[in-house]
Amino acid sequence: MPENLFKVNKEEYMLPGNRSCQGCGLSLAYRYALKALRENTILTVPASCLTVLHGLYPTTSVTIPCLNCTFASTAASAAGLVAGLAATGRTDTTVVAFAGDGGTYDIGIQALSGAAERGTDFIFVCYDNEGYMNTGTQRSSATPMGAITTTTPILTKEQNKKDMLKIMEAHDIAYIATTTPAYPIDLYDKFVKAKRIKGTRYMQIHVPCPPGWGYPPRDTVKMARLAIETGVFVLFEMENGKFRFTGRSKSLAEKGNRLPLINYIERQDRFKKISDEQLHSMQKFIDNKWNEYQKKAEG
Amino acid sequence: MAEVQIMTGNTAAATAVKLCQVQVVSAYPITPQTSVTETLSQFIESGELKAEYVRVESEHSAMTVCISASTVGARVFTSTSSHGLLYMHEQLHWAAGSRLPIVMCCVNRGVGAPWSIFNDQQDSISQRDTGWIQLYCRDNQEIIDTVIQAYRIAEEVYAPVMVCYDGFVLSHTMMPVCLPDADMVNSFLPPYKPHTILSADNPRNINPVIFPGMRKNSAGILCDGYMEIRYKLQETLEKSRDVIVSTGIKYSKLTGRDYSGMLWHYKTDDAEVILTGMGSIATEATVAVDELRLKGIKAGVLGVRVFRPFPHAAIQQALQNARAVIVLEKDISYGYEGALCSDIKAALYGTGINPPLHNFIAGLGGRDVKAREIFEAVQTSLTEMNNKNTQNKTIWINCRQ
Repeated sequence: MPENLFKVNKEEYMLPGNRSCQGCGLSLAYRYALKALRENTILTVPASCLTVLHGLYPTTSVTIPCLNCTFASTAASAAGLVAGLAATGRTDTTVVAFAGDGGTYDIGIQALSGAAERGTDFIFVCYDNEGYMNTGTQRSSATPMGAITTTTPILTKEQNKKDMLKIMEAHDIAYIATTTPAYPIDLYDKFVKAKRIKGTRYMQIHVPCPPGWGYPPRDTVKMARLAIETGVFVLFEMENGKFRFTGRSKSLAEKGNRLPLINYIERQDRFKKISDEQLHSMQKFIDNKWNEYQKKAEG
Repeated sequence: MAEVQIMTGNTAAATAVKLCQVQVVSAYPITPQTSVTETLSQFIESGELKAEYVRVESEHSAMTVCISASTVGARVFTSTSSHGLLYMHEQLHWAAGSRLPIVMCCVNRGVGAPWSIFNDQQDSISQRDTGWIQLYCRDNQEIIDTVIQAYRIAEEVYAPVMVCYDGFVLSHTMMPVCLPDADMVNSFLPPYKPHTILSADNPRNINPVIFPGMRKNSAGILCDGYMEIRYKLQETLEKSRDVIVSTGIKYSKLTGRDYSGMLWHYKTDDAEVILTGMGSIATEATVAVDELRLKGIKAGVLGVRVFRPFPHAAIQQALQNARAVIVLEKDISYGYEGALCSDIKAALYGTGINPPLHNFIAGLGGRDVKAREIFEAVQTSLTEMNNKNTQNKTIWINCRQ
């Protein structure tokens, strides 16, 4: 049973009236993440959907202090906060960077790798909506194969999604976790845990995006669940290099009843041009990753 | 009694950082700046300076660390050169826009392509419009003194300060430096007070998206829009002239070394020909001036210590009796002329001060600038200036054309 099922912090740090889109997967995830992180937290956020969600000067819908930073600088911005707080004797504050997939996989990867290598004491959260959604759905290296974006309008994305988790694993950091707005208590538990751990912690949240992916806003949770059911997204934790499946992915791993990829693909307009060859290739890609995870879980 | 030590410009800069008790240092290696950060590593790892040192993976991150550490109230420092400075470009705007009193040394070096590790001032000049105060040093004594003053200026006006000095010519050259006393620096430099405290007690969203127009906050108060915020930065840099001068006067009283002006003068009292420039090239010009005077030419040097804010009124006053002006500089605004030259001309516009003015572009990418060459080029210019058609000209010194 999820650890904090009956103990979720009742305080709201994300107030009504934020500027996210209808059905935004990020806004669901963010609400629970902030509840888990609580007051003694400083956020740093690069240009992204989250910047918009936070609101326009001089008002904000978020009651946790936040330092906005430039696109490429997120993890360095966090490192500066950590250093500045240490230098001024405020070491009880958790520094949390919250970037999109563009700000993590692409333009933010250098600063993130640097901060992780230095073992910077912070949580880096990548909310992965699989493209540059804030600028209107352009391809990122997190976009899956076969997806239409405004910069892959005809041929669709020809490459598989970059394995950012494996890149972070290679940094030998204290904690890696994946989570989803489909299971808010899973998300809450992992953020509570991340807050307790010292060192670099990397969290990746798979956040469905109705306008970017092309599905009705009411289906966000359904889409996030189907990603897990099909193994497109896998729930796990790695603590000090030790891998374990968690939540729904754990029972899928135990029972071996993953759904075929098509169940996820067919519900999203972004995949309407995917070829049979791409679908087959993507299924194979996902199966291989799943097998890798199973091997890791077996130790 | 202050102690005199023989040291390089880079050691002088690092020593100033230690004296200012900087709390967070973040930097990335680049020639010729590297030994500043190496020396600071020594100070910090040995415990001589109690500070956090963030050894980042790029200059972009170095400036980022300075931005966020300064935001939460730490006194910060970084240094860089050339491509490192250019790689920071985005963050230089962000630092100034955030109104953070960051102090950075720019150890001036040429910019590629092609690669050059040697000195000119194209790097810092190309960052002129980022909202930073820019101060230029002519020797190692000025480096140590200017860094100390820079913190006081930055923390009074809430704007970042770039302390620029010539790579190798100063950075790697040993000179006697009178070490300011630590207690004197403590009394001169009060502790840094951040303009905003980032804490859960008073949550704020710093530097969010802002629309063109002004908007009301939750209390119904009409707040600044983007243009008002920009106007305030401009107004601050305009007003910082007074702070730079008053800081210089205070520092001069404590040390006996004269920083009372934004310009420095060498034999200008009776001078008809004024040579002007920033950094070590202006020092070199003093040797040329001595030679010119031996030839009976009443020449002097006007050294420009402050480039942003531009000391236009002081320039007007200093050039009011000049019969010829030579602007020496180690940069070029491609397609026009040297940046300092344009600014000096603009400062004189409409004042009735209209001497013939030649712009010498010299020493790019470390090409040696000898006093003898300046001396000869000035003589040629003075002859040409008698001709109405060549009263305003850009001349590349010691360069095949």
